[in-house]
Order: sequence, then C-alpha cells, then structure tokens
Amino acid sequence: MFEYAPAPESRSIVNIKPSYGLFINGSFVDGSSSFKTINPASEEVLSEVASADASDVDKAVKAARTAFSKTWGKMPGKERAKYLFRIARLIQERSRELAVLESLDNGKPIKESRDVDLPLVAAHFFYYAGWADKLGYAGFGPNPKPLGVAGQVIPWNFPLLMLAWKIAPALAAGNTVVLKPAETTPLTALLFAEICQQADLPPGVVNIVTGAGETGAAIVEHPDVNKVAFTGSTDVGRIIARAVAGTQKKVTLELGGKAANIIFEDAAIDQAVEGIVNGIFFNQGHVCCAGSRLLLQESIQDAVLEKLKRRMTTLRVGDPLDKNTDIGAINSAEQLSRIRTLSEIGESEGAEMWQAPCDLPAHGFWFRPTIFTGVSQAHRIAREEIFGPVLSVLTFRTPAEAVEKANNTPYGLSAGVWTEKGSRILQIADQLRAGVVWANTFNKFDPTAPFGGYKESGYGREGGRHGLEAYLAA
Amino acid sequence: MRLNVRKTYKLYIGGAFPRSESGRTYEVDGQNAALASRKDARDAVLAARAAFGKWSTATAYNRGQILYRAAEMLEARRSEFPAGEVDDAIDRLIWYAGWADKLAQVTGSANPVAAPYFNISSPEPSGVIAIAAPAGFLGLVNVIAPAIVSGNTCVVVTESAIEAITFAEVLATSDLPGGVVNILTGFAKEVAPWLASHDDVNGLDLTGVTDAELATELERQAADTLKRVIRPSTPKWTDDPGLGRMTAFLETKTVWHPKGV
Repeated sequence: MFEYAPAPESRSIVNIKPSYGLFINGSFVDGSSSFKTINPASEEVLSEVASADASDVDKAVKAARTAFSKTWGKMPGKERAKYLFRIARLIQERSRELAVLESLDNGKPIKESRDVDLPLVAAHFFYYAGWADKLGYAGFGPNPKPLGVAGQVIPWNFPLLMLAWKIAPALAAGNTVVLKPAETTPLTALLFAEICQQADLPPGVVNIVTGAGETGAAIVEHPDVNKVAFTGSTDVGRIIARAVAGTQKKVTLELGGKAANIIFEDAAIDQAVEGIVNGIFFNQGHVCCAGSRLLLQESIQDAVLEKLKRRMTTLRVGDPLDKNTDIGAINSAEQLSRIRTLSEIGESEGAEMWQAPCDLPAHGFWFRPTIFTGVSQAHRIAREEIFGPVLSVLTFRTPAEAVEKANNTPYGLSAGVWTEKGSRILQIADQLRAGVVWANTFNKFDPTAPFGGYKESGYGREGGRHGLEAYLAA
Repeated sequence: MRLNVRKTYKLYIGGAFPRSESGRTYEVDGQNAALASRKDARDAVLAARAAFGKWSTATAYNRGQILYRAAEMLEARRSEFPAGEVDDAIDRLIWYAGWADKLAQVTGSANPVAAPYFNISSPEPSGVIAIAAPAGFLGLVNVIAPAIVSGNTCVVVTESAIEAITFAEVLATSDLPGGVVNILTGFAKEVAPWLASHDDVNGLDLTGVTDAELATELERQAADTLKRVIRPSTPKWTDDPGLGRMTAFLETKTVWHPKGV
C-alpha cells in the first residue's frame, strides 16, 4: 500500500458562526432553546443551533402559507424557474465552501462531498428549475397545480443533497416549504438559507427549522401543511404514515433499505469488487440504498472474497477533510453504538467478522470497514439495516435462488446485478422487487432518474419527471 | 472629443468571424454586413458537421448549462438588442435550456412489447440543420435554440445581420463549441438553395422564407436527401412554442434486448 502525505482541504473557506437561529420568512430568528452540533471526526463543537418548538413551526408554516398565497403560488413558472436557476448558480459558485462545511458537520470524506454531493445538489436545482415553466408537459394533465405548503424532514447522511431533492421539485411545482434538517447535520441547510437570501428569494418560500424529532413531528402534524415528504428510517416513516391518516395531506416516504448486490460467476470480478466496495463503503455505509447484502455465486465466493479483502486493506479511514480519505467518520455516537451493537449480534449469531486492519483516530466516531461471512438469511445482520460500513455476505447457486434471497426482505429500495450477460441483467432486474436496480455499477444518482422504494422502503419517487408528481395536485 | 470605434459585422462560421469568401457586403441599418455566398454556405455546413460529433454526444445537462449560459450572456448585453424583444428572447433561451435533459423523458418511452424483450425508444438529433431565419431577433432565437438543444448543429441564413452577429458574439462567449451555430448574413433566395440541395444537411427549417414559390422549390430540393422540413410560418413568438420545433429535427431510436437468464 502506498503511503500518502496528509492532504487536508482548508477549512478557511467556510465561516461557521457561533450560533444560528431559525430561518423563517426570509430572516434568521431566535428559537426557544438551542442545541450543539459537532464535528463527528473530532467531537469539536462547531456551532449552537436553535431548536424549533411547535410555536416556531407554526410561524414557519404561516410564513410559507402567506408566501404561497401572495407571491410564489401565483408567480408565472418562468419566473420561478429563474429563481431556481439562480440558486443553482449560487450553489455552484459556493460549492467548495458547502462541501467543506458538509464534511465538517457530517464526517463524510471531502472527496465525496466535493465530487458527489455538491455537483448533484447543483444539478438537481438546474434540472427542476427547467421544469418550473414546463409543468404542463410533465404528463400530469394540462395545467397541474401545486399543493400548497410542503413540510419536509430530511436525514443526516446526505444533508444538502436531501435538501435539494426535497426543495427543488417542491419550489419548481409552485409550493412553499418548511424543511427540517437532521439534528446532527443542520449547518449546510442554514448556509442554504443564506443562499436563498442571496438569491432574493421572496420571504417565506423556504423556511428552515432546526431541531430534533419533536420539531419534525410538529411539521408533520401541523394542520396547514398540505404535503409531507420524509427521508429517514422505516420506523419513523410508519409513525408519519399513521400521523397523516384521516387528513388530506399528500405523503412521500423514502425509507430504509437492505439492498442485495448480486454477483454472478460470469461477472467482471475486478469491476464487481470495486462495485461492492462502492456499494457498502461509500459515505461510511450511511446510505439507504447501500449494497449491504452481498450475494455471491458459490463458484466465485473464494476468489471474490480474497480480492475484496485485499481491496479493503487499501481503504483509507480518517480525517474527512483529507483529500485522500476514502472513509470518514460515523456521523454520531448514537449511530456508532448501533453499528457496534449489530456487529456484536452478528458475531454472537455465528457469522464470521473480518475487518480491514487500519488505525483509527483517537477522537471522534469511527468504525473499520467490516465484512461478515457465513451469514444466513435468518441473521439479524442480514435482515436489519445497519447503516454503517458493514457488509453481510451470503451465497447462492442459481439465478432463481439469487432472486429469492434478494427479495427476501421487507425493504425494496435498490439492488445490484453483476454479470457480463445482458439478457440476464434484464431478466433479473425484472424479478427484483426494488425501486432502483444498478447493473454492473452501484450508487449512481442523477437528477433525471427517479429514485425511491418498493414495500417498506417507502412510496413516491424523487428525481426525474416522476419526482414532480409528489408536489402536484395530479 | 473621442471618436467612437465601429464594429465590423462579419459571418460566424466554426466559432470564428470570417468575412465572406466572396468579398461582398450589403448595407443594413447604415452598417456594412458580410454578404454570404455559396462557398460560405458550404464552409458553414463543413463546420456544422465537424461540430456535430462532440455536441450531439455532450451530456444533455451540459447542453442545458451552455444554453443557460447564453441566456446569462444575453442578459448582460441586453442593451445591444431590440428592447421590445430581448426579455422574451432571454426567457425563451432559458425555456429551451431546461428542455435539454427533459426532452427524452417527454418524447421517449419504455415499450411493453409482447415478448421477453427490453424495449426502449429515445430521441437523437438528426444532424446538421439549415435554417432560414425569420426577420427579427426574437424569431431568430426561437429557431436556433430548439434546433441545437437536442444536439443538432445548424447553419442559419438571415438578413438581420446586426442582431444576428451580435447574438453570435453572445454564443461565442457561452462555451458553445465552435460550429454548433453558424450564421450566414445575406439573402435566403441566394444562399438557401445551396443548403437545401446540400447532401450533408439533414434538416431544413424554412420558417423565415416569405416567398411561397421559393419555399416550395427549397422543399423540393430537400427531398433529394429526404431532409426533415419545417415549412414557412409566422408564429407569435411570445406564445408557448410547444415541442414541434425540437421534435422536427429528432430521430427516434428503439433498442431491443432479450431478457433471459
């Protein structure tokens, strides 16, 4: 393995304020209480952020309602489009600053925030900007109408990207939004609020309320919210689905996953190994569509595992701001504890654990890239979402068995298929009960491509023409 | 007192601003503009064909970004364009910029064929489009943008040399690859027949041809290589133009692939 000198990205590009208020009606206002957000790679406190209670959320919803009825809802699509293009351009212009801030608050490697998250964020705004004046062409009737106020709650794994997935289509369709970023990763959403100011976006069109679960519940339960969009755990998704029962609120949920990544014996093995690594170790495995169940055809099991382990020893775990880092910090102590617990359960249930040997920093939250072999379908590590850099390896003999095992989960967000035979890819893809199927690749995202799950991975799609439907009275 | 410096209006071919090979000029609004010839038309088709490979295979996202950039450049130079047309022209560029990565989603399809085949239809650009532009700046933008947004390249003939060449300066500073748009200032009656009969032109937009007999003759010439033709018309350019100007110069490709383990 090559030794690399440290290559840290400078923090000086970003100016983190000691405290942040709530972004309501175009300006920052105080909340009733506050909480700290830390850098998970060092446990250093980055800033203190206001916590929105039900009355703060009510103010935000009122601001959004007023903006909807007075400005944004009435504005011609071509003018809304120009605001969104403006936001897209501002994101491009400030993308390095946003990337550094994302890595600081989230723990993800700078090479991912810089090369994956931020380009996708800007592209998402560009894409939906273009829809704002073309809604009649989107296939939802000749003159589709917005819903009104959208309440949006997003997770900590891709903070700004999930914000983009939520806000861009909502605004393009003519809705106004109240968005809550995750408790552990509020900072890029607050910088986005500044970008809305810089874009001269009318007050109240975008409101950002920070806080924990109660803040999210207040948004979901607010009677004047017309649409609820949530990305996060399946458990919380169920709570939201119950909470909106009996209301007229439109709901989309993008929840957990336990994706199968199926490697057939005729796959290009070296490429597949890269795909396996990307599938589970991208973003520390904090990915709802992560390829967390590796299904290997028995005949190639030994060869793949040998190459996979060798590849894993080259992964560089450490400082998220180092440009050579492959795997950054686990986002929180709580998440680290969940990963540890499930890994311990994996061992106690009889699976064999192997970890890439590597040094971990003294402070912060870290977990080594890990694989479990000898995993059966009954094991909890084969059934439950770990949301960390932990791969469960199962085997199969026939294509039918691969499909059966892949579908043997309550989730259905994504899946991977690796084979050099095109007809097999298409046949297996047809049989997989998953919303996204990657063939000979993994974890690919594009604003034009719909994303979302089957079964308990949620409902509704984000991205593409389909993503507009969630925000239109169609 | 300082004497102002006048601008020389030349052609726009392959990203450069050459004079007409013929050495001729004509007067427009008191300025001399290059008067394009048959040879200029052929040079422009060569440049458009040379640019087609790169432009047609650029990502739709990239093409959209470049058209949006052109809108930015036009906004910055709005004072150089007719006040009554420039706002609509900017907004129209933005409208088409947004279509770059949506056209396939609206015009393409996944086809449920009655056999175990993956079957998908996608639009692809036709190639080099010759355009006889209508008079006026808004009309010019309204015929160029839909032709190129999908990946075609074009050769435009227009009499409105001042606006057209100033617009070429906008395009030349928008990261639009040279040769994607080529502008010949002069007369459709003289130049268009060489384009309509050119074997390496794939589409012909006759929107700006006001002489009905000429239009018919050009359409006949286009039939030799079965060029896709848009016939003359006088639309209200501020109306929603619909998809027609884009789909006129698109081919649909359907790909079949068997499914089976």
